[in-house]
Amino acid sequence: MKEYLSLFWAFVKVGGLTFGGGYAMLPILQRDIVEKHHWVTEEEVMDYYAMAQCLPGIIMINTSAFIGQHRKGTLGGFVAGFASALPSLVIITIIAAFLTAFAEYPVVQNAFAGIRACVVVLIVNAIIKLWKSAMVDWKSIVIIFLPIFLLSVFTEISPIILVVASAVAGIVITLISNKRGGEGA
Amino acid sequence: MSYALLLLQLFWEFLKIGIFAVGGGMATLPFLYDLGEKTAWFTSAQVLDMLAVSESTPGPIGINMATYVGYTVGGIPGAILATLGTILPGIILVILLAKMLQRFHDNKYVLGAFYGLRPASTALIAAAGISVLGESLFNPSLYEQTGNIADFFCVGPIILAAVLAFLTNFKPTKKLHPVIYIAASAVVGIVFKLGNA
Repeated sequence: MKEYLSLFWAFVKVGGLTFGGGYAMLPILQRDIVEKHHWVTEEEVMDYYAMAQCLPGIIMINTSAFIGQHRKGTLGGFVAGFASALPSLVIITIIAAFLTAFAEYPVVQNAFAGIRACVVVLIVNAIIKLWKSAMVDWKSIVIIFLPIFLLSVFTEISPIILVVASAVAGIVITLISNKRGGEGA
Repeated sequence: MSYALLLLQLFWEFLKIGIFAVGGGMATLPFLYDLGEKTAWFTSAQVLDMLAVSESTPGPIGINMATYVGYTVGGIPGAILATLGTILPGIILVILLAKMLQRFHDNKYVLGAFYGLRPASTALIAAAGISVLGESLFNPSLYEQTGNIADFFCVGPIILAAVLAFLTNFKPTKKLHPVIYIAASAVVGIVFKLGNA
């Protein structure tokens, strides 16, 4: 029981101290989980992080669940995953309640008009960064990026269908180019 | 719709987001846009406000967004259910896959799927980015009313966005935390009355 509690508390700290998720969690994992608790090694953290990125859902929660699973099995995975989501849940609920109550105030409306302009810039920057890491070759741009982008802007097709279709397309493209590469060799 | 049914639908919608949003917090954005349009639970302008709050507070953006939307739609139970819906599929998959780690990592079908998923995820976020851009910097409905082309552009927010685009990509200020830019933009918005309120 005590071990589950310390697992829980360690990941509450990870959730509460990470701004923005993703990469931002790594320094805290290294300091607390690797160096202080010795629950996993540095290399294992990087492996889990890499795999967490490839799974659906939130990267930070998935990474936490991997480490929790490694430490205490199935229950450990659930404990670590929920613990790292808990600080967000509490903090955002309080902020949302506060902002909902004050949404009509001119000062709040003006502040959010400025903030929205900022969020636009942050999203564009995030897209540029993603573009650099996701576009590995011309095929991925022509066969996947462009059609999905155009369908998403101009049609009402659900993103779920687009995601599933692009995964299937990715498998087909990879298998075809592997086959060709095999024949050439 | 009864409250219990609303909560159930909320949980189901976020479970779907938890399964299909691959590639981190920003990847939930297109799904939230879609959800807002489909259900009228919240507007796309509200999604932007939520995103700003999510970027400025601790925790993963995807969870913050889920909690915020859940609270807006269904109060505290809504916040809890939306968050659970978002994280459960990932946690369950992790626990199932942890046992067959390497095989999963090097599987050619999995690698192939990700070859397709990464550009698709970028495309979906870019498409959401376009609508975000349109809504925060331009005002087509005011232009339709007045016929004055100057009313089409939200001049203040456009100038602010241009300055921020420069600062966030300019070496000395590039590394500043987003929360600093968000806070500064809020101040600018209040001082220059950018919301015309």
